[in-house]
Amino acid sequence: MVENLAEKKRVLIVLGVFVALGVVTPFLDLFMQSLVTEILVFGILAMSLDLLLGFTGLASLGHAAYFGVASYTTAIIMTKEDWTWTFAAFQWADSLGLGLFYIFIFALVVALAFAAFFGFLAIRAVGVYFLMITLSLAMVIWGLAYRWSAVTEGDNGINVLGRPSLFGISLESEIPFFYFTLAVFLICLGLMYMFVRSPFGKTLVGIREREERMQMLGYNIWLHKYLAFIIAGVFSGVAGVMWTLFNLFVSPPDIELITSAEALFMVALGGPATLVGPVIGSAIIRSLQQFISIYVERWPLILGAIYIITIMLGRLYGVEGILGLFGKFRKPAAPPEAPEG
Amino acid sequence: MTTLSFTNILVLSYNSLSYAAILFLLASGLSLIFGVMRIVNLAHAAFFLFAGYLALEFYNIIFGSLSLMPRIIQLVSWTLLYFAWRGLNLYVAPRHAALALLLTYIVMETLCSLVWSFRFFELFFPHVPVKPVDRINFAGMITAILVALAIAALCGMFIERFFLRRLGQDTLSQVLVTIGFAFILQDGSLYTWGGDNFMLKQPWPLNFSAVVWGLSLPQYRAFMIVIAVVVAAALFLGIERTRLGAIMRAAVDDPEMARGIGINTNVVQMAIFAIGALLAATGGVVGGAFFGVYPGLDFEILPYAFAVVIIGGLGSLGGAVLGSIVVGFIENFGTALFPELSYFALFAPMAIILAIKPTGLFGKG
Repeated sequence: MVENLAEKKRVLIVLGVFVALGVVTPFLDLFMQSLVTEILVFGILAMSLDLLLGFTGLASLGHAAYFGVASYTTAIIMTKEDWTWTFAAFQWADSLGLGLFYIFIFALVVALAFAAFFGFLAIRAVGVYFLMITLSLAMVIWGLAYRWSAVTEGDNGINVLGRPSLFGISLESEIPFFYFTLAVFLICLGLMYMFVRSPFGKTLVGIREREERMQMLGYNIWLHKYLAFIIAGVFSGVAGVMWTLFNLFVSPPDIELITSAEALFMVALGGPATLVGPVIGSAIIRSLQQFISIYVERWPLILGAIYIITIMLGRLYGVEGILGLFGKFRKPAAPPEAPEG
Repeated sequence: MTTLSFTNILVLSYNSLSYAAILFLLASGLSLIFGVMRIVNLAHAAFFLFAGYLALEFYNIIFGSLSLMPRIIQLVSWTLLYFAWRGLNLYVAPRHAALALLLTYIVMETLCSLVWSFRFFELFFPHVPVKPVDRINFAGMITAILVALAIAALCGMFIERFFLRRLGQDTLSQVLVTIGFAFILQDGSLYTWGGDNFMLKQPWPLNFSAVVWGLSLPQYRAFMIVIAVVVAAALFLGIERTRLGAIMRAAVDDPEMARGIGINTNVVQMAIFAIGALLAATGGVVGGAFFGVYPGLDFEILPYAFAVVIIGGLGSLGGAVLGSIVVGFIENFGTALFPELSYFALFAPMAIILAIKPTGLFGKG
């Protein structure tokens, strides 16, 4: 699957980084451990958005919708005792040690259903219209979480009491849960990498670059975009499930516009169409949030300033994301080396 | 589902129209900015909220020192008007200039005389007694609105001049920068004014309900409709009939040629952005006495503005009028008929319109 040497080297570097992360994290303090876990969770969200923004060229400003749907579904099926059959099914699956599988399957099916429905509405729109309609649809989900208090507990949010165990291994403490998150993260990364390098993924890049030509070649543009939207929504759902399991609490502010905007910014900051770039973006944004929150309360204010400064600087020096920055340093150095070699 | 009686339908239609008025004020600015600059301004609803807070703040300040503030504001606004006029660098025939000056002066002085003496209200509503506190409220309201609008417009100009102009036509950058400003304005407002719900005072004589054919209709809603109609008419006439509007249209249709014949398109763009911010701010101040002013209002109302421009089409004034009426009616009737589903009811027509015409009814793409 991995053909050329440079690509192989890159994959090995990325894998090496994550293996190193897996080795180092248990020796960090609790605060850092939970920070790393949080970065991985939001890394999944940002990567899933990269499938849309970077590879398909669809700027969605409502990616928190599927994240939110999945995280609320997780919280609801784990706590809602009035809904006898979902709760009983969860209890039964949990007693077999399969509670997590049940949660993932249930929540991802719901996220898929919402992505399929919203994608159906949104994909016809182009450019800024797509952006506006995805934002509006995400606000619908937020409105449901906020107002439909019979199910979502409204403004109070839902407290989840504990994490289900995986094959009898308890995930309650930080370190096992970190390894679980890392495993889920790596599975998602692998799947998305395969997706991006598959013929389907290449077609999406083709659509991003020149839609008319792909249409002329006989590709069904609408269907390709629609499927990409659904797949991105499902991966965003994975992030949502992990968020509820990590935080053990979900409330409307978690799925506000600010989450969608943060995901978009993580992609733009890390470099679109790079898949690991958004993870770097997630690491930067989440670390900044955690460290700044220690000193000042006003995170959105600072986030807004960071957006503006980063974008203006990026514009000034003409770079696309942090990975673009590496490329910029490397590229001018390449031609002089060629004659020597 | 409840059935509606005829009177209910009448009252609901009245409410829908007044809701549509606020939506029009918000969405027309969004549409105007997009039409000229191809920017979707996500900070637009933040201007809406920010202006509400500003009006509240100045209202409270002026309440203390009524005698001085209106005169200061008058002075400042005349100075600003003068420099704006100089900056536009237009050639106007002397008699037209004289006429415009005279008209502006009459309008301004009428406003001031309304503020100071209330003689027009006493003339038209002799049966309603005017209490001193009403005079103060009304004076405070007018001056607060003027100051809040001026500040919001200046903020819009600042953002356009120093940030958006340097970004070029990259949609993602524009979105992130404008949403950055939205966060800054929102969180800054939360920091400054706290998380409480405020209500701008409805000025006398609008805080009464008129009774028509046995229906009790709040006059403030009628005021909202009147403001929206006046703004729509002014926008339409301004764009279609005046020299300034012609300059603007030229700058939209062919910026290079417009620059070639000596139009400063940068100034035009800045002015458009300021007007857009001004429209949102007008909506915010007028709506502040109706919805209230509270944190989170901006992102709550932004989807409605988007629904309006998606249905009507971006960059079209007629589209904004039609879209806001459609959304206003759906929102009010939807809430009355299916209270739980009103948020979804809004998106059904949006989906239908998108299926038929992806750029909205009057959209230019």
